[in-house]
Amino acid sequence: MVKFYNSSEEAIFDIEDGATILVGGFGLTGIPENTLKAVNKKEIKDLTIVSNTAHTDKHGLGPIFEKKQIKKFMASYIGENPIAEKQFFNNEFELELIPQGTIAERLRAKSAGIPAIYLAAGVGTEVSEGKEIRIFNGREYLLETALGGDFALIKAWKADKEGNVVFRKTARNFNPVMASAAKITIVEVEEIVESGELDPDFIHTPSIYVDRIIYGETFEKPIEFLTTRD
Amino acid sequence: MRKLKKEEVARRVAKELEEGYYINLGIGMPSLIPNYIPSGMKVTLLSENGIIGLGPYPTKEEVDADLTNASKQTATLNKGGVITDTVEAFAMIRGGHVDLTVLGGMQVDQYGNLANWKIPGKKVKGMGGAMDLVAGAKRVIVMMQHVNRANETKILKECTLPITGKGVVSELYTDIAHFKFKDGKMYLVEYAPETTIDEIKANTDAEFIIADDICEMNIS
Repeated sequence: MVKFYNSSEEAIFDIEDGATILVGGFGLTGIPENTLKAVNKKEIKDLTIVSNTAHTDKHGLGPIFEKKQIKKFMASYIGENPIAEKQFFNNEFELELIPQGTIAERLRAKSAGIPAIYLAAGVGTEVSEGKEIRIFNGREYLLETALGGDFALIKAWKADKEGNVVFRKTARNFNPVMASAAKITIVEVEEIVESGELDPDFIHTPSIYVDRIIYGETFEKPIEFLTTRD
Repeated sequence: MRKLKKEEVARRVAKELEEGYYINLGIGMPSLIPNYIPSGMKVTLLSENGIIGLGPYPTKEEVDADLTNASKQTATLNKGGVITDTVEAFAMIRGGHVDLTVLGGMQVDQYGNLANWKIPGKKVKGMGGAMDLVAGAKRVIVMMQHVNRANETKILKECTLPITGKGVVSELYTDIAHFKFKDGKMYLVEYAPETTIDEIKANTDAEFIIADDICEMNIS
């Protein structure tokens, strides 16, 4: 059953040293700003973080890298975060770079109870090193295992009191699949509405995947590259 | 020899678009292609963060932090555009539903291998969605300068940088030449105006076959 919390700090009370955390977002779009700040504030370390990118040095995971709370980082991209790049070259954390679609599908496999999948992305590249290769219809595929987490930190637009969740525009990205691939899913939202107010045909993440909801303290929504046509 | 401007290469690549295509464009040179889509042609742009029907950059008033493209730039959605989550965005790539992807490159070799994601010891950014795109799109076009800033060729017998995909390139467009890859062989099919085949050979390490129907690149 979904439980509502009053603050991000309370909602992450049981995240401890060595936890594996799935962090929603694509770049800075749709990141769980408030729970990430709470993780940064708490004295926890040796975290394994799964995130599409390393965000920037200032926002999202940036301060968490700076405080050296991360032991292992699994992502498709760490450009745009000079602190993470520098720490990587100093061997301050273990980095596993994974093709973006492979991260997504490994998470989906976990959420659907599928232990492993065969994917073509990365065949013949560094990504294929040490992986089982099988040929289907004349084409090579890599065996990739399901990927889940102890916790998922999720940013959504609205939740209803049942714990059903909807996302807004491209802030959806990795959030729904991560919500369904963790043991404990913590969702910060911009708005909480009454049950029945969200259209049941247009729920992105139903409450069965959600454990905790908080009304986000502040949403700065930083923009990584402001690009306009005027 | 005259090196084409990147806009001229984009103009040439845009001639490869077909009515109804769903396409995914990488950052850098490929992002110029939408400027040259033939008028009246319906082409749908995808962005792998979950956009089908990507529009132009927003006006200042339209800027929305919750609407960005795969390069993390602010974006808009065309009328009838759709937003999906990442799982679906990559399922349509992996499942062969994307007609064409155009990507930049650091190196391409004569076997159609592409390197564009990592310079060991120097630059680690990551592959993002590039490995998925080259593995899944029906057609993969690479668009890049023929030589680097140090005047070294980027078109090699074998890539020296870590590759993004093995034998994945369908066509390569540079500022002096257009190559096609077929059955493990590389063919020179077009030379840029004011560039000779000998000049292309002199600037290329890869071994290639000169196509029987080789012609001058149309950049009009």
